[in-house]
Amino acid sequence: MIEIVKLIIIFFIMVGAFLNLVAALGVIRLPDVYTRNHAASKASALGIMSILLGTFLYFYFINHHFNSRILLGIVFFFLTTPVAGHLIGRASYNSGVKLWDKSVQDDLKKSKNNPENRE
Amino acid sequence: MKTNDLILQTTTKVVVFIILLFAVYIFFAGHYTPGGGFVGGLLTSGAIVLLLLAFDLKTLQNFLPFNYIYMIAIGLLFSIGTGAGSLLFNVPFLTHAFTHIDLPILGDLSLHTATLFDLGVFLVVVGVTMTIIQTIGGDE
Repeated sequence: MIEIVKLIIIFFIMVGAFLNLVAALGVIRLPDVYTRNHAASKASALGIMSILLGTFLYFYFINHHFNSRILLGIVFFFLTTPVAGHLIGRASYNSGVKLWDKSVQDDLKKSKNNPENRE
Repeated sequence: MKTNDLILQTTTKVVVFIILLFAVYIFFAGHYTPGGGFVGGLLTSGAIVLLLLAFDLKTLQNFLPFNYIYMIAIGLLFSIGTGAGSLLFNVPFLTHAFTHIDLPILGDLSLHTATLFDLGVFLVVVGVTMTIIQTIGGDE
């Protein structure tokens, strides 16, 4: 039983560390702000949540200590990271950061040029 | 271009309750685990600052109608009061006492007067932080 639990804990923590590495690589390799923001806010959120889940399972099964703060942290990350990504992306679009040259679709530009939406 | 803060405001409404819950937890857990009045107060003012970012100063004054300068004064009174209360029992200033009380639902509670002192610290920290931020942030 305890060995299986240890394997599950190792799986969660390794997957979390790997996803955070992927997020960091994405921030380095991707071409513009929006794709980088996409990589950073998605992959690292799942990575951190999975590391926290591994930590929670470790303390629950090895030390028999139910740490509800970690569960609260998982919920908090799940709620706030996408919103942070959304706000960063919107702030950069509104302050005029250019998209990558090879992007083909920019629907927000159409609604920006539409006179009905002007203030 | 018209923008709206719908996503930020809706998330704030949920997240503020989580932060306030955690602040109250940190405040009460301060005796046995890391935490206490200072961190609890900072977390509470962090929640209020989040509300301030998502809404504006006037809206915030509507649903949290506190005068933060009075809050500092009440906090200092709490701290001085718990310190001076020990003088009534012929013991030195700031001597604290604790007791066990059996309540019907909550069970065995160990109540300590240091919690009241910590409540004073909590109120002062919230008051000072919010006074600083509102003074810098307000333009009237």
